[in-house]
This record gives sequence, C-alpha cells and structure tokens, in this order.
Amino acid sequence: MSVAAVFFYLFAGVLVASAFMVISSRNPVHSVLFLILCFVNAAGLFILIGVEFLALILVVVYVGAVAVLFLFVVMMLDVDFVELRQGFLQYLPVGALVGVVFLVELILVVSTWATAPAVAQFPKAAAVGGAAISNTKALGLVLYTDYVYFFEASGMVLLVAMIGAIVLTLRHKVNVKRQNVSAQVARTPETAMEVVKVRPGQGI
Amino acid sequence: MRPKVRIMNLLLQDYLPVVIFIGVSVVIGLALLISPFIVAYSSPDPEKLSAYECGFNAFDDARMTFDVRFYLVSILFIIFDLEVAFLFPWAISFGGLGDLGFWSMMLFLGVLTVGFIYEWRKGALEWD
Amino acid sequence: MSWQDTLIQVLIILGASLALLVALLIFIAFILLADRKIWAAVQMRRGPNVVGPFGLLQSFADLLKFVLKEPIIPAGANKGIFILAPLVSCVLALSAWAAIPLASGWVIADLNIGILYIFAISSLGVYGIIMAGWASNSKYPFLAALRSAAQMVSYEVSIGFVIITVLMCAGSQNLSAIVEAQNGRLGLLNWYFLPLLPMFVIFLVSALAETNRPPFDLVEAESELVAGFMVEYSSTPYLLFMLGEYVAIMTMCALGTILFLGGWLSPLPFAPFTWVPGIVWFVLKLCFMFFLFAMAKAMVPRYRYDQLMRLGWKIFLPISLVAVVVVASVLHFTGTAPQ
Repeated sequence: MSVAAVFFYLFAGVLVASAFMVISSRNPVHSVLFLILCFVNAAGLFILIGVEFLALILVVVYVGAVAVLFLFVVMMLDVDFVELRQGFLQYLPVGALVGVVFLVELILVVSTWATAPAVAQFPKAAAVGGAAISNTKALGLVLYTDYVYFFEASGMVLLVAMIGAIVLTLRHKVNVKRQNVSAQVARTPETAMEVVKVRPGQGI
Repeated sequence: MRPKVRIMNLLLQDYLPVVIFIGVSVVIGLALLISPFIVAYSSPDPEKLSAYECGFNAFDDARMTFDVRFYLVSILFIIFDLEVAFLFPWAISFGGLGDLGFWSMMLFLGVLTVGFIYEWRKGALEWD
Repeated sequence: MSWQDTLIQVLIILGASLALLVALLIFIAFILLADRKIWAAVQMRRGPNVVGPFGLLQSFADLLKFVLKEPIIPAGANKGIFILAPLVSCVLALSAWAAIPLASGWVIADLNIGILYIFAISSLGVYGIIMAGWASNSKYPFLAALRSAAQMVSYEVSIGFVIITVLMCAGSQNLSAIVEAQNGRLGLLNWYFLPLLPMFVIFLVSALAETNRPPFDLVEAESELVAGFMVEYSSTPYLLFMLGEYVAIMTMCALGTILFLGGWLSPLPFAPFTWVPGIVWFVLKLCFMFFLFAMAKAMVPRYRYDQLMRLGWKIFLPISLVAVVVVASVLHFTGTAPQ
C-alpha cells in the first residue's frame, strides 16, 4: 500500500466518523467542531486527488469563515436544546421525507453523471501538480473568460447575500448617540470655540 | 509509471513535509501541555475551580445571547472572503487573460462595490 | 522509489522540521525578551535584567516557572475543549512555518500555493480563541472571545486584498517565487514595499490587529476584560496561548518580509553584501519588522472597539479594494503584468 493510499483511508475514515459525530453528538458546539474536522479531512482528500487550490479554498472559506458563523450561532443563540430534542419525534416524519427526497435526488444525479467530451482535456492541464502550469493558474485561465457568465452570476449571488443579510439582521438601536467621525475631524478652532470678553461682575 | 500515480507522488512530495511538520509541532505542544500535570506541585482547593467573578457566584450561565451585529460581521466577512477567493486565481493569471479577463473582474468588483456602498449607507458598518 | 528511500526522506524532513521548530522557539524566547526590553526602554525602565547577563535567560526562567505551576481546569468548564483550545492555538500558529522560505531553498515544504496556505492557517487562528472563550464558561473570556473573533475576521479581509496586490505584481503564489520576483539590479529599491507602500502600511496595521497586538489588544483590555479569553487558564495551557500569539506575530513579520521586504535578498546587490548568507538577511528583516511591532506597542494608545471596527471596515477595506483595481489597471494598461 502506498503512502497516498494510507492517507486516503486515514482522511476518508476520519471524515466519515466525524460526519457521523456531527449528527449524533449531544452538544451542538461539539457538532460544529466535528463539522470543522470533516471539512479539514475533505481538504486532505482534495489534495490527494491533486486539486490543491480548491483544497485550501475549502479551508479558507468553509473552515475559516462559514464554520465561524456556525459556531457563533450555536454558541450564542442560547437555544434550549433539551426542549428542541423533545420536538424530535414530532418533526420526524417531515425530516424523514426531506431526507428521502434528497437521497433519491443524489442517486439520480450520480447515476446519470456524464462528462462532456471537451472537458476531458482540461483536468490534465489542471491536475499536473508540480509541472509547467499550476493548479490555480489553470483555473484562472478559464474561469474569467470561458465561464464569464457563471462568474458574474456568482458575483450577483454574493450581492444578493450581502443585501439579504443586512435586511434580515440590521436593527438600529434607538436612543443611541452615534459618533460622526468626519464631522468631528472636520471641526476647526473657529467652529469649535468662541472667545468672549467677559467684563467683571456682569456675566455673559 | 501511470500518470495518476506520478501526480500523487509529486503532491506527496509537496504535502508530506507539511503533515510531518504539523505532527512534530503537535508533539511539542502536547509535551508542553502535559508536563505540568506531571511535574507541577498541586494543592487542590474547590475555590480554585470556581469561575472568575467579582466576589459572588454568577447569577446564570455565562453563555448568553448577545448583539446580532456579530453575526452580521461574520456574514459580511464570508462574502468578502469569497471575493478574495475569486481574486486569487485571477491575480496570478491575469497577465495572460487579455481584456475580457480584466473587465470581467472589474465588473465583478463593481457589483460587489454596489453592495458595499449599500451596507455603508444602511449603517451596517457602524458599531454602537 | 523503494520504501527505504521514502523512509530516509521522511527522516530528513522530520529532522529539518524539528530543527526549524526548536530554532523558532528559541528565537521567540529572545524576541519576547526584546519585546519587554524595548517596551521598558521607551518608558525609561531597564526591563528584565536579573536572570543571566542582561536578563538574557529571562524567557527560559519563565518557561520553567510555567511548567512548575499548578494547572487548573474550572469546575464549570467544558473540559475536553478547554484543554484542546491552547493546543489548537499553538499548533496552528506553528504549522504556518512549514511553508515559509528562510533562504533560497531553505523551506520545509515549497508549496505552489504557499501564500494561500499561510492565509488559510491564519484564518484558522480564531478557533483557539473561540474555543477557549466558550469552554471556560465564564463571562469575561466569553465576551473577549467574541470581540476577538469579530476583530480578527474584520482585518483578515484587508490582509487578503493586500496579498492580492502583491500576487498581481509577482504572478505566483509560491513564496520563493514572490521573493525572486523582487530580485533586481536596484537591490532594496526593487522590493515591493516601495511601489506598494500604502499596502505595506495597511498590512502592518492589519497584522497588529490580526494578532491582537497593542494598540488593538482590546481582547485583553485589562480594565474591562481582565486578561481576555485566557482568564481561566493557568500554567502551560496559558503559556501555549502566549506562545501561539508570539508565533503568529513572527509569522506575520515573516510574511511582511517575504511580500514587501524581499525575503532573503540582500538590500545592496553588490559584492560584500551578497556574500552574506540569505538567512542572515531574513532574520535581520524579521527583527526589523518585530521592532516596528514592539514600538507600536510602546507608543500608541489602545483603540476603542467601535473605532477598531470603523478602521477595519470603513477605511482599510475600501482603500485596499481600490488599490487592487489601481494596481491591476496599471499592470494591465502598461502591459507589465507577469505572464
């Protein structure tokens, strides 16, 4: 067994085990931590098949950003998880239905998987690890020209996400005095103070 | 050798050292972490185990709800992080992309700048 | 390749990793002392001067003290995560050094995407802090962890954009290639700190914020949050956090050196200076970068939290975003972009 095979079974084994722990552990924070372990092992598998750029982007985006949000949510929402668990049986039929639909869809997708003949040329260029063209560059050479519409569409999706997040979460507190920094910095001695001559015994 | 095996070997040569390096640093970290449990003098006391508080015990659990703004910050971070992720391949290959590659990224950044201006005007970046 | 060859290769890597880590930790012991000495000198004190000549052995005495202290795990804490947090923090900080080239060819793993690897590792640094803050089950660490997470996340965006501008000039993600791209006849005038000076400044300040260094050390603002997310920690778990923090600072210094100060290149590209080994220049530049960090700690008053967020999101983010466009336009329209 080669070293690569050893690592494959290591990553795959830990991935499946931690994925199981995500859904079975009692504490939701532990679930998220196992999810992070999952992501890291998936990144390891990505590296084994030769897509190092995607592997590290997986770490940067999912582990470094998305999972932080997940952690924030489960740590700090203060949901009563005992109460949630009591509703478990109540939601079981709906959950099972969604699960079955999802499984059928996955099976349909995987069983009808086909690769366009033209694609066969790309991976060779992209996957040659230390050779002439790097993984990232191979991606960059097609993403912004051949797939420009998808690229711009993803930009629009990000825009919608940004606006959606603000619309959903932003509530300004009332009765808060805000600092207007530019107004503060723009103040000059002329606008800020006034020299008044006060005669003794008279006041202003 | 079959090409697939060769790729694996090339990548292994790149990433095996990383795995070994992380392994060695885990060993060093563990050694430091465990040593006081073995060598340090200890005199257990229930008061030492209480949470750090001012004089009296905490009224409730320390893990409380808090400002939704922290979520907003982390969502905005995800979006900008994705933007940076898109910029990485572009940054190292845009010399060979020509005008189309250049302007497609400018359009992408323009769309996100619109979002950025929106959040600025909405006051999402203010902290009160 | 037979398995004996593989074994020999693995042993060589093992030895090199161990050597680098030990050298790094000893270097950090002295950097810690330098930090305290510089801070003391600015305040006209003498700093640590008892242990060894000029207090040179102070950090080693501290290590011994930490190891001999009683480790305490609070009763209300989530034990597993509580113990795991300092380890995660320290190991993540250390593992970034696998990809940093100390001199031409002196690198544990010469990754194609070395810069992305370091960016990824530094984005994971937030986990040690969140885990510690949550597992302690105490109010101060929890609040500090929240603040710290939001702070690190905010400044990472600007660091990302700054890295992009350098990548556009260098045309590679390999750290050694980025250093070589700065090699030229003009010596230190060829380095990227000159054309990308605003980016260098943003990088420096963001690095301060990213590593929770003063003036952005709101996490451990003594007057409000005692010692931040590590209040409940004692003994070596605490030491591991401090170690992780300083290793992360050195990583940022090394990254700044590689991206902007020409890595191991000699500042003056002629005879007597080019004879000096690259590692010497690298360490000197590392010390220079750290000196900037230490002086910022000694001289600048601490920021307020809303000011910190404003600086990150409203000033650094737009400036670095515009800088990406400007650098790209200049390279594109003058046709000087690396192919």
